[in-house]
Amino acid sequence: MDTALLIEKFTLVVIIFLISLGVAAYSTYFERKLAAWIQDRIGPDRAGPFGLLQPIADGVKMFMKEDFIPKNSDKWLFIIGPGISMFTALITSTIIPWGPPIEIFGRQISLQIADFNIGILFIFGVVSIGVYGIMIGGWASNNKYSLFGAIRASSQMISYELAMGISLITIILLTGSLSLTDIVKSQHGMNWNIFYQPVCFLIFFICSLAETNRAPFDLAECESELVGGYHTEYSSMKLGLFLFAEYVSMFISSALMAILFFGGYNFPGMDYFDGNTLAILGVLAFFTKTFLFIFVFMWIRWTIPRFRFDQLMHLGWKTLIPAAIINMLITAIVIAFHKGWF
Amino acid sequence: MESFTNRKKVVSDKPMTFIEKLYLPSIFSGMMITMKHILTRKKTIKYPEEIRVFAPVYRGQHVLKRDEEGRENCTACGLCAVACPAEAITMVADERKRGEENLYREEKYASTYEINMLRCIFCGLCEEACPKEAIFLTDRIVPTEFERANFIYGKDKLVESMEDRIDISLRQNTGKRGAI
Repeated sequence: MDTALLIEKFTLVVIIFLISLGVAAYSTYFERKLAAWIQDRIGPDRAGPFGLLQPIADGVKMFMKEDFIPKNSDKWLFIIGPGISMFTALITSTIIPWGPPIEIFGRQISLQIADFNIGILFIFGVVSIGVYGIMIGGWASNNKYSLFGAIRASSQMISYELAMGISLITIILLTGSLSLTDIVKSQHGMNWNIFYQPVCFLIFFICSLAETNRAPFDLAECESELVGGYHTEYSSMKLGLFLFAEYVSMFISSALMAILFFGGYNFPGMDYFDGNTLAILGVLAFFTKTFLFIFVFMWIRWTIPRFRFDQLMHLGWKTLIPAAIINMLITAIVIAFHKGWF
Repeated sequence: MESFTNRKKVVSDKPMTFIEKLYLPSIFSGMMITMKHILTRKKTIKYPEEIRVFAPVYRGQHVLKRDEEGRENCTACGLCAVACPAEAITMVADERKRGEENLYREEKYASTYEINMLRCIFCGLCEEACPKEAIFLTDRIVPTEFERANFIYGKDKLVESMEDRIDISLRQNTGKRGAI
Protein backbone atom coordinates (compact mmCIF):
# COMPACT_ATOMS: atom_id res chain seq x y z
CA MET A 1 0.00 0.00 0.00
CA ASP A 2 1.53 3.31 -0.97
CA THR A 3 1.83 6.26 1.35
CA ALA A 4 -0.37 8.54 -0.76
CA LEU A 5 -3.29 6.16 -0.39
CA LEU A 6 -2.74 6.03 3.37
CA ILE A 7 -2.70 9.81 3.65
CA GLU A 8 -5.73 10.09 1.38
CA LYS A 9 -7.78 7.60 3.37
CA PHE A 10 -6.67 9.06 6.68
CA THR A 11 -7.73 12.57 5.62
CA LEU A 12 -11.04 11.24 4.39
CA VAL A 13 -11.64 9.42 7.66
CA VAL A 14 -10.90 12.55 9.69
CA ILE A 15 -13.10 14.72 7.47
CA ILE A 16 -16.03 12.30 7.57
CA PHE A 17 -15.65 11.88 11.34
CA LEU A 18 -15.77 15.64 11.79
CA ILE A 19 -18.70 16.03 9.40
CA SER A 20 -20.67 13.30 11.17
CA LEU A 21 -20.08 14.90 14.56
CA GLY A 22 -20.76 18.39 13.23
CA VAL A 23 -23.98 17.38 11.56
CA ALA A 24 -25.06 15.53 14.70
CA ALA A 25 -24.24 18.55 16.88
CA TYR A 26 -26.20 20.88 14.68
CA SER A 27 -29.10 18.49 14.36
CA THR A 28 -29.54 18.77 18.13
CA TYR A 29 -29.80 22.51 17.63
CA PHE A 30 -32.11 22.12 14.67
CA GLU A 31 -34.24 19.60 16.52
CA ARG A 32 -34.79 22.08 19.33
CA LYS A 33 -35.56 24.84 16.84
CA LEU A 34 -38.01 22.69 14.92
CA ALA A 35 -39.71 21.52 18.10
CA ALA A 36 -40.07 25.14 19.09
CA TRP A 37 -41.49 26.16 15.71
CA ILE A 38 -44.00 23.36 15.72
CA GLN A 39 -45.09 24.40 19.20
CA ASP A 40 -45.32 28.08 18.15
CA ARG A 41 -42.20 29.05 20.09
CA ILE A 42 -38.90 30.56 18.95
CA GLY A 43 -36.41 28.09 20.39
CA PRO A 44 -32.81 28.65 21.47
CA ASP A 45 -31.65 32.05 20.25
CA ARG A 46 -29.42 33.40 23.02
CA ALA A 47 -26.02 31.75 22.36
CA GLY A 48 -24.57 33.54 19.35
CA PRO A 49 -26.56 34.80 16.36
CA PHE A 50 -29.82 32.82 16.09
CA GLY A 51 -28.48 30.63 18.91
CA LEU A 52 -25.97 29.01 16.57
CA LEU A 53 -23.45 28.42 19.35
CA GLN A 54 -26.01 26.43 21.34
CA PRO A 55 -24.47 22.99 20.55
CA ILE A 56 -21.12 24.20 21.91
CA ALA A 57 -22.78 25.49 25.05
CA ASP A 58 -24.59 22.18 25.43
CA GLY A 59 -21.36 20.26 24.95
CA VAL A 60 -19.51 22.33 27.53
CA LYS A 61 -22.37 21.87 29.94
CA MET A 62 -22.27 18.10 29.45
CA PHE A 63 -18.53 17.98 30.12
CA MET A 64 -18.80 20.12 33.24
CA LYS A 65 -21.45 17.96 34.88
CA GLU A 66 -20.55 15.53 37.64
CA ASP A 67 -19.73 12.14 36.17
CA PHE A 68 -21.63 9.82 38.45
CA ILE A 69 -21.38 6.03 38.53
CA PRO A 70 -23.97 4.27 40.69
CA LYS A 71 -22.56 2.15 43.51
CA ASN A 72 -24.26 -1.09 42.55
CA SER A 73 -23.67 -0.82 38.85
CA ASP A 74 -21.27 -2.94 36.85
CA LYS A 75 -18.63 -0.26 36.42
CA TRP A 76 -16.82 -1.66 33.41
CA LEU A 77 -19.99 -2.27 31.40
CA PHE A 78 -21.46 1.01 32.61
CA ILE A 79 -18.54 2.87 31.09
CA ILE A 80 -18.31 0.84 27.91
CA GLY A 81 -22.05 1.13 27.04
CA PRO A 82 -22.11 4.67 25.64
CA GLY A 83 -18.81 3.97 23.91
CA ILE A 84 -20.29 1.06 21.97
CA SER A 85 -23.31 3.16 21.08
CA MET A 86 -21.17 5.94 19.67
CA PHE A 87 -18.72 3.59 17.96
CA THR A 88 -21.38 1.66 16.07
CA ALA A 89 -23.17 4.85 15.12
CA LEU A 90 -19.99 6.27 13.60
CA ILE A 91 -18.55 3.17 11.95
CA THR A 92 -21.40 2.85 9.43
CA SER A 93 -20.16 6.01 7.75
CA THR A 94 -17.12 4.13 6.42
CA ILE A 95 -18.97 2.49 3.55
CA ILE A 96 -21.19 5.36 2.53
CA PRO A 97 -20.27 6.74 -0.91
CA TRP A 98 -20.38 10.47 -0.24
CA GLY A 99 -19.94 11.54 -3.84
CA PRO A 100 -18.49 10.73 -7.26
CA PRO A 101 -14.69 10.33 -7.33
CA ILE A 102 -12.83 13.60 -7.02
CA GLU A 103 -9.50 14.44 -8.68
CA ILE A 104 -6.76 16.13 -6.63
CA PHE A 105 -3.04 16.29 -7.60
CA GLY A 106 -3.72 14.03 -10.56
CA ARG A 107 -5.09 11.25 -8.36
CA GLN A 108 -8.55 9.77 -8.55
CA ILE A 109 -9.85 9.85 -5.00
CA SER A 110 -13.05 7.97 -4.31
CA LEU A 111 -15.18 9.65 -1.66
CA GLN A 112 -15.81 6.42 0.15
CA ILE A 113 -13.56 5.11 2.87
CA ALA A 114 -14.01 1.43 2.05
CA ASP A 115 -15.94 -0.11 -0.82
CA PHE A 116 -16.99 -3.49 0.53
CA ASN A 117 -18.65 -5.76 -1.95
CA ILE A 118 -20.98 -6.82 0.89
CA GLY A 119 -21.81 -3.25 1.94
CA ILE A 120 -25.43 -3.85 2.91
CA LEU A 121 -24.58 -6.88 5.04
CA PHE A 122 -21.93 -4.80 6.80
CA ILE A 123 -24.49 -2.13 7.58
CA PHE A 124 -26.88 -4.68 9.02
CA GLY A 125 -24.16 -6.22 11.10
CA VAL A 126 -23.00 -2.92 12.55
CA VAL A 127 -26.48 -1.52 13.10
CA SER A 128 -27.49 -4.62 15.05
CA ILE A 129 -24.45 -4.20 17.28
CA GLY A 130 -25.76 -0.71 18.00
CA VAL A 131 -28.36 -2.15 20.32
CA TYR A 132 -25.60 -3.63 22.46
CA GLY A 133 -24.64 -0.17 23.66
CA ILE A 134 -28.18 0.43 24.86
CA MET A 135 -28.55 -3.07 26.29
CA ILE A 136 -25.24 -3.07 28.12
CA GLY A 137 -25.76 0.46 29.41
CA GLY A 138 -29.28 -0.31 30.57
CA TRP A 139 -28.35 -3.58 32.20
CA ALA A 140 -25.20 -2.31 33.90
CA SER A 141 -27.08 0.58 35.52
CA ASN A 142 -28.76 -1.88 37.88
CA ASN A 143 -31.98 0.09 37.68
CA LYS A 144 -35.42 -1.28 36.82
CA TYR A 145 -36.27 1.56 34.48
CA SER A 146 -32.99 1.18 32.64
CA LEU A 147 -33.49 -2.55 32.35
CA PHE A 148 -36.98 -2.04 30.96
CA GLY A 149 -35.63 0.43 28.45
CA ALA A 150 -32.89 -1.97 27.42
CA ILE A 151 -35.29 -4.90 27.02
CA ARG A 152 -37.67 -2.82 24.97
CA ALA A 153 -34.83 -1.57 22.78
CA SER A 154 -33.58 -5.06 22.06
CA SER A 155 -36.98 -6.61 21.34
CA GLN A 156 -37.82 -3.67 19.13
CA MET A 157 -34.51 -4.01 17.33
CA ILE A 158 -35.06 -7.72 16.66
CA SER A 159 -38.56 -7.26 15.30
CA TYR A 160 -37.72 -4.34 13.06
CA GLU A 161 -34.41 -5.60 11.79
CA LEU A 162 -36.26 -8.50 10.15
CA ALA A 163 -38.65 -6.32 8.21
CA MET A 164 -35.82 -4.00 7.28
CA GLY A 165 -33.64 -6.81 5.95
CA ILE A 166 -36.44 -8.42 3.96
CA SER A 167 -37.47 -5.11 2.46
CA LEU A 168 -33.91 -4.44 1.36
CA ILE A 169 -33.70 -7.74 -0.51
CA THR A 170 -35.84 -6.12 -3.21
CA ILE A 171 -33.18 -3.45 -3.71
CA ILE A 172 -30.50 -6.11 -3.92
CA LEU A 173 -32.64 -7.99 -6.46
CA LEU A 174 -33.06 -4.84 -8.54
CA THR A 175 -29.38 -3.98 -8.52
CA GLY A 176 -27.90 -7.42 -8.44
CA SER A 177 -25.21 -6.33 -6.03
CA LEU A 178 -24.66 -5.86 -2.30
CA SER A 179 -22.14 -3.08 -2.74
CA LEU A 180 -23.39 0.42 -2.02
CA THR A 181 -21.27 1.82 -4.86
CA ASP A 182 -23.06 -0.36 -7.39
CA ILE A 183 -26.45 0.48 -5.91
CA VAL A 184 -25.72 4.19 -6.29
CA LYS A 185 -24.33 3.80 -9.79
CA SER A 186 -27.40 1.88 -10.93
CA GLN A 187 -29.58 4.90 -10.03
CA HIS A 188 -27.85 7.21 -12.49
CA GLY A 189 -29.60 10.54 -13.13
CA MET A 190 -33.22 10.36 -12.07
CA ASN A 191 -33.44 6.57 -12.24
CA TRP A 192 -34.02 6.29 -8.50
CA ASN A 193 -35.17 3.18 -6.67
CA ILE A 194 -38.04 5.03 -4.98
CA PHE A 195 -39.94 5.01 -8.28
CA TYR A 196 -39.67 1.22 -8.50
CA GLN A 197 -40.05 0.37 -4.83
CA PRO A 198 -42.27 2.87 -2.95
CA VAL A 199 -43.65 0.19 -0.59
CA CYS A 200 -40.16 -1.01 0.17
CA PHE A 201 -39.12 2.55 0.95
CA LEU A 202 -42.04 3.01 3.32
CA ILE A 203 -41.16 -0.17 5.21
CA PHE A 204 -37.50 0.76 5.31
CA PHE A 205 -38.30 4.25 6.53
CA ILE A 206 -40.51 3.02 9.37
CA CYS A 207 -37.85 0.50 10.35
CA SER A 208 -35.18 3.20 10.29
CA LEU A 209 -37.25 5.23 12.73
CA ALA A 210 -37.42 2.18 14.97
CA GLU A 211 -33.71 1.38 14.54
CA THR A 212 -32.60 4.84 15.56
CA ASN A 213 -34.95 4.77 18.56
CA ARG A 214 -36.67 7.92 17.42
CA ALA A 215 -40.23 8.89 18.17
CA PRO A 216 -42.78 7.39 17.60
CA PHE A 217 -40.64 4.34 18.38
CA ASP A 218 -38.62 5.78 21.26
CA LEU A 219 -39.82 3.17 23.72
CA ALA A 220 -36.28 2.61 24.94
CA GLU A 221 -36.19 6.11 26.41
CA CYS A 222 -39.88 6.70 26.93
CA GLU A 223 -39.50 9.56 29.38
CA SER A 224 -43.19 9.55 30.30
CA GLU A 225 -43.10 5.96 31.57
CA LEU A 226 -39.51 4.98 32.25
CA VAL A 227 -38.00 8.25 33.57
CA GLY A 228 -35.14 8.16 31.05
CA GLY A 229 -35.21 4.54 29.93
CA TYR A 230 -31.77 3.03 29.40
CA HIS A 231 -29.95 6.24 30.28
CA THR A 232 -31.77 6.95 33.56
CA GLU A 233 -28.60 6.46 35.61
CA TYR A 234 -26.24 8.19 33.22
CA SER A 235 -24.88 11.66 33.69
CA SER A 236 -22.29 13.98 32.23
CA MET A 237 -20.69 13.12 28.89
CA LYS A 238 -21.72 9.46 29.09
CA LEU A 239 -25.29 10.62 28.77
CA GLY A 240 -24.09 13.07 26.15
CA LEU A 241 -22.57 10.22 24.14
CA PHE A 242 -25.82 8.25 24.26
CA LEU A 243 -27.84 11.22 23.10
CA PHE A 244 -25.24 12.14 20.52
CA ALA A 245 -25.10 8.61 19.16
CA GLU A 246 -28.82 8.86 18.45
CA TYR A 247 -28.23 11.91 16.30
CA VAL A 248 -25.24 10.39 14.54
CA SER A 249 -27.23 7.27 13.71
CA MET A 250 -30.08 9.47 12.53
CA PHE A 251 -27.65 11.19 10.16
CA ILE A 252 -26.31 7.86 8.94
CA SER A 253 -29.76 6.35 8.39
CA SER A 254 -30.81 9.46 6.49
CA ALA A 255 -27.71 9.07 4.34
CA LEU A 256 -28.54 5.40 3.82
CA MET A 257 -32.06 6.18 2.72
CA ALA A 258 -30.74 8.78 0.34
CA ILE A 259 -28.37 6.18 -1.11
CA LEU A 260 -30.71 3.23 -1.29
CA PHE A 261 -33.83 4.97 -2.57
CA PHE A 262 -33.07 8.50 -3.67
CA GLY A 263 -30.04 7.95 -5.82
CA GLY A 264 -27.29 9.02 -3.42
CA TYR A 265 -25.19 11.62 -5.19
CA ASN A 266 -27.09 11.26 -8.47
CA PHE A 267 -29.19 14.18 -9.57
CA PRO A 268 -31.14 14.87 -12.77
CA GLY A 269 -28.99 16.46 -15.45
CA MET A 270 -25.71 15.14 -14.04
CA ASP A 271 -24.47 14.16 -17.50
CA TYR A 272 -23.75 17.80 -18.36
CA PHE A 273 -21.01 17.96 -15.76
CA ASP A 274 -17.82 16.03 -15.28
CA GLY A 275 -14.69 15.93 -13.17
CA ASN A 276 -14.55 17.91 -9.95
CA THR A 277 -17.64 20.02 -10.74
CA LEU A 278 -19.69 16.84 -10.91
CA ALA A 279 -18.11 15.62 -7.67
CA ILE A 280 -18.92 18.80 -5.78
CA LEU A 281 -22.46 19.00 -7.14
CA GLY A 282 -22.91 15.32 -6.36
CA VAL A 283 -21.82 15.78 -2.76
CA LEU A 284 -24.15 18.77 -2.47
CA ALA A 285 -27.06 16.77 -3.89
CA PHE A 286 -26.31 13.94 -1.50
CA PHE A 287 -26.21 16.19 1.54
CA THR A 288 -29.39 17.97 0.48
CA LYS A 289 -31.22 14.65 0.36
CA THR A 290 -29.71 13.60 3.69
CA PHE A 291 -30.72 16.80 5.43
CA LEU A 292 -34.19 16.53 3.98
CA PHE A 293 -34.51 13.12 5.61
CA ILE A 294 -33.18 14.42 8.91
CA PHE A 295 -35.85 17.10 8.71
CA VAL A 296 -38.54 14.50 8.05
CA PHE A 297 -37.28 12.43 11.00
CA MET A 298 -37.66 15.41 13.28
CA TRP A 299 -40.94 16.49 11.75
CA ILE A 300 -42.37 13.06 12.49
CA ARG A 301 -40.98 13.06 16.00
CA TRP A 302 -42.81 16.25 16.90
CA THR A 303 -46.05 15.20 15.21
CA ILE A 304 -46.83 11.64 16.21
CA PRO A 305 -47.27 10.37 19.76
CA ARG A 306 -45.38 7.30 20.97
CA PHE A 307 -46.65 3.81 20.20
CA ARG A 308 -47.73 1.53 22.97
CA PHE A 309 -45.47 -1.50 23.25
CA ASP A 310 -48.02 -4.04 22.04
CA GLN A 311 -48.92 -1.77 19.12
CA LEU A 312 -45.24 -1.59 18.26
CA MET A 313 -44.90 -5.38 18.22
CA HIS A 314 -48.18 -5.71 16.32
CA LEU A 315 -46.98 -3.29 13.66
CA GLY A 316 -43.61 -4.97 13.38
CA TRP A 317 -44.61 -8.63 13.23
CA LYS A 318 -48.11 -8.56 11.80
CA THR A 319 -47.88 -5.70 9.33
CA LEU A 320 -44.37 -4.79 8.27
CA ILE A 321 -42.87 -8.27 7.95
CA PRO A 322 -45.75 -9.72 5.84
CA ALA A 323 -45.78 -6.58 3.73
CA ALA A 324 -42.02 -6.84 3.21
CA ILE A 325 -42.25 -10.53 2.29
CA ILE A 326 -45.09 -9.98 -0.19
CA ASN A 327 -43.24 -7.04 -1.71
CA MET A 328 -40.09 -9.11 -2.04
CA LEU A 329 -41.92 -12.04 -3.65
CA ILE A 330 -43.71 -9.83 -6.18
CA THR A 331 -40.45 -8.10 -7.09
CA ALA A 332 -38.66 -11.43 -7.45
CA ILE A 333 -41.40 -12.83 -9.69
CA VAL A 334 -41.47 -9.72 -11.86
CA ILE A 335 -37.69 -9.74 -12.24
CA ALA A 336 -37.64 -13.45 -13.04
CA PHE A 337 -40.43 -12.97 -15.56
CA HIS A 338 -38.66 -10.01 -17.08
CA LYS A 339 -35.50 -12.02 -17.57
CA GLY A 340 -37.45 -14.82 -19.22
CA TRP A 341 -37.06 -17.50 -16.57
CA PHE A 342 -40.62 -18.68 -16.97
CA MET B 1 -83.85 12.55 24.38
CA GLU B 2 -84.26 15.94 22.85
CA SER B 3 -81.08 17.94 23.23
CA PHE B 4 -81.14 21.53 24.41
CA THR B 5 -77.87 22.55 22.82
CA ASN B 6 -76.29 21.83 19.47
CA ARG B 7 -73.12 20.57 21.15
CA LYS B 8 -74.26 16.97 21.31
CA LYS B 9 -72.10 14.59 19.29
CA VAL B 10 -73.11 11.12 18.26
CA VAL B 11 -70.33 8.68 19.09
CA SER B 12 -70.02 5.57 16.96
CA ASP B 13 -67.83 2.53 17.50
CA LYS B 14 -67.96 1.21 13.96
CA PRO B 15 -64.82 -0.74 13.03
CA MET B 16 -62.11 1.16 11.18
CA THR B 17 -61.95 0.82 7.44
CA PHE B 18 -58.82 -0.47 5.75
CA ILE B 19 -57.63 3.03 4.85
CA GLU B 20 -58.09 4.13 8.45
CA LYS B 21 -56.23 1.08 9.70
CA LEU B 22 -53.21 2.06 7.62
CA TYR B 23 -52.99 5.24 9.72
CA LEU B 24 -50.97 6.84 6.93
CA PRO B 25 -53.61 9.39 5.80
CA SER B 26 -54.09 10.60 9.36
CA ILE B 27 -50.34 10.73 9.89
CA PHE B 28 -49.95 12.87 6.78
CA SER B 29 -52.75 15.21 7.80
CA GLY B 30 -51.13 15.50 11.23
CA MET B 31 -47.83 16.35 9.62
CA MET B 32 -49.53 19.00 7.51
CA ILE B 33 -50.90 20.55 10.69
CA THR B 34 -47.46 20.71 12.28
CA MET B 35 -46.05 22.12 9.03
CA LYS B 36 -48.62 24.89 9.23
CA HIS B 37 -47.37 25.67 12.71
CA ILE B 38 -43.77 25.78 11.49
CA LEU B 39 -44.70 28.40 8.93
CA THR B 40 -46.82 30.63 11.14
CA ARG B 41 -45.42 33.79 12.66
CA LYS B 42 -44.40 33.36 16.26
CA LYS B 43 -46.09 35.58 18.80
CA THR B 44 -43.25 35.50 21.32
CA ILE B 45 -42.09 38.84 22.69
CA LYS B 46 -38.37 38.65 23.50
CA TYR B 47 -38.60 40.33 26.86
CA PRO B 48 -35.44 42.25 27.71
CA GLU B 49 -35.07 43.65 24.20
CA GLU B 50 -38.74 44.14 23.55
CA ILE B 51 -41.23 45.13 26.20
CA ARG B 52 -44.88 44.38 25.86
CA VAL B 53 -47.02 47.49 25.46
CA PHE B 54 -49.50 47.79 28.29
CA ALA B 55 -53.16 48.41 27.68
CA PRO B 56 -54.07 52.09 28.30
CA VAL B 57 -56.23 51.11 31.25
CA TYR B 58 -53.53 48.96 32.88
CA ARG B 59 -53.49 49.38 36.66
CA GLY B 60 -50.01 49.22 38.16
CA GLN B 61 -48.09 51.04 40.88
CA HIS B 62 -49.77 54.17 42.25
CA VAL B 63 -48.55 57.73 41.97
CA LEU B 64 -49.45 60.77 44.07
CA LYS B 65 -49.62 63.66 41.63
CA ARG B 66 -48.41 67.20 42.03
CA ASP B 67 -50.00 70.09 40.15
CA GLU B 68 -48.22 72.31 37.61
CA GLU B 69 -46.51 74.35 40.28
CA GLY B 70 -45.22 71.30 42.08
CA ARG B 71 -47.71 71.30 44.93
CA GLU B 72 -49.14 68.02 46.18
CA ASN B 73 -52.75 67.50 45.18
CA CYS B 74 -53.62 65.25 48.11
CA THR B 75 -55.58 66.82 50.95
CA ALA B 76 -55.71 63.70 53.14
CA CYS B 77 -59.49 63.52 52.96
CA GLY B 78 -59.30 59.74 53.41
CA LEU B 79 -61.81 58.85 50.70
CA CYS B 80 -59.31 56.54 49.05
CA ALA B 81 -58.73 54.70 52.32
CA VAL B 82 -62.47 54.34 52.77
CA ALA B 83 -62.94 53.14 49.21
CA CYS B 84 -60.08 50.65 49.38
CA PRO B 85 -61.57 47.13 49.62
CA ALA B 86 -58.23 45.67 50.66
CA GLU B 87 -57.63 48.28 53.36
CA ALA B 88 -54.18 48.91 52.03
CA ILE B 89 -54.11 52.71 52.43
CA THR B 90 -53.37 54.59 55.64
CA MET B 91 -52.62 58.26 56.11
CA VAL B 92 -52.08 60.93 58.74
CA ALA B 93 -53.48 64.38 58.01
CA ASP B 94 -51.68 67.57 58.97
CA GLU B 95 -52.26 71.31 58.67
CA ARG B 96 -50.28 73.38 56.23
CA LYS B 97 -48.02 75.85 58.02
CA ARG B 98 -47.21 79.35 56.82
CA GLY B 99 -44.49 79.23 54.21
CA GLU B 100 -45.42 75.76 52.94
CA GLU B 101 -47.78 77.08 50.26
CA ASN B 102 -45.39 76.00 47.54
CA LEU B 103 -45.48 72.39 48.83
CA TYR B 104 -49.16 71.67 49.38
CA ARG B 105 -52.02 72.99 47.30
CA GLU B 106 -54.64 73.26 50.05
CA GLU B 107 -54.63 73.92 53.77
CA LYS B 108 -54.62 70.28 54.72
CA TYR B 109 -52.20 67.64 53.53
CA ALA B 110 -51.07 64.10 54.29
CA SER B 111 -47.97 64.07 56.46
CA THR B 112 -47.67 60.32 55.97
CA TYR B 113 -49.38 58.36 53.25
CA GLU B 114 -48.74 54.63 53.01
CA ILE B 115 -49.96 51.96 50.64
CA ASN B 116 -49.24 48.35 51.51
CA MET B 117 -48.46 46.88 48.11
CA LEU B 118 -48.94 43.34 49.43
CA ARG B 119 -52.51 44.13 50.41
CA CYS B 120 -53.33 46.23 47.36
CA ILE B 121 -55.37 44.42 44.70
CA PHE B 122 -54.89 47.17 42.10
CA CYS B 123 -58.63 47.59 41.63
CA GLY B 124 -58.34 51.34 41.03
CA LEU B 125 -61.15 52.30 43.42
CA CYS B 126 -58.83 54.79 45.17
CA GLU B 127 -58.34 56.55 41.88
CA GLU B 128 -62.08 56.65 41.33
CA ALA B 129 -62.77 57.89 44.82
CA CYS B 130 -60.22 60.71 44.81
CA PRO B 131 -61.93 64.10 44.39
CA LYS B 132 -58.65 65.98 43.98
CA GLU B 133 -57.09 64.00 41.12
CA ALA B 134 -54.24 63.18 43.47
CA ILE B 135 -53.86 59.40 43.22
CA PHE B 136 -53.61 57.49 39.98
CA LEU B 137 -52.60 54.00 39.01
CA THR B 138 -49.86 53.89 36.41
CA ASP B 139 -48.35 51.41 33.96
CA ARG B 140 -45.39 50.79 36.28
CA ILE B 141 -44.85 47.35 37.83
CA VAL B 142 -44.25 47.08 41.58
CA PRO B 143 -40.75 45.65 41.83
CA THR B 144 -40.02 42.55 43.89
CA GLU B 145 -38.45 42.75 47.33
CA PHE B 146 -37.09 40.31 49.87
CA GLU B 147 -38.56 41.99 52.99
CA ARG B 148 -42.24 42.48 53.65
CA ALA B 149 -41.61 45.86 55.24
CA ASN B 150 -40.25 47.19 51.96
CA PHE B 151 -43.61 46.71 50.33
CA ILE B 152 -45.20 49.44 52.45
CA TYR B 153 -44.69 52.39 50.16
CA GLY B 154 -44.49 55.78 51.82
CA LYS B 155 -44.61 59.23 50.33
CA ASP B 156 -40.97 58.94 49.28
CA LYS B 157 -41.96 56.31 46.71
CA LEU B 158 -45.49 57.44 45.90
CA VAL B 159 -45.22 61.17 45.31
CA GLU B 160 -43.86 62.03 41.90
CA SER B 161 -40.85 64.30 41.62
CA MET B 162 -41.07 67.40 39.44
CA GLU B 163 -37.97 66.44 37.46
CA ASP B 164 -39.41 63.06 36.54
CA ARG B 165 -43.15 63.43 36.23
CA ILE B 166 -45.27 60.34 35.67
CA ASP B 167 -47.47 60.50 32.59
CA ILE B 168 -51.07 59.61 33.42
CA SER B 169 -52.67 61.49 30.54
CA LEU B 170 -54.39 58.33 29.31
CA ARG B 171 -56.15 57.96 32.67
CA GLN B 172 -57.16 61.58 33.26
CA ASN B 173 -60.67 61.12 31.91
CA THR B 174 -62.03 58.90 34.59
CA GLY B 175 -65.23 60.88 34.70
CA LYS B 176 -64.71 62.75 37.92
CA ARG B 177 -64.07 66.42 38.03
CA GLY B 178 -64.38 67.22 34.33
CA ALA B 179 -67.61 65.33 33.87
CA ILE B 180 -69.57 67.04 36.59
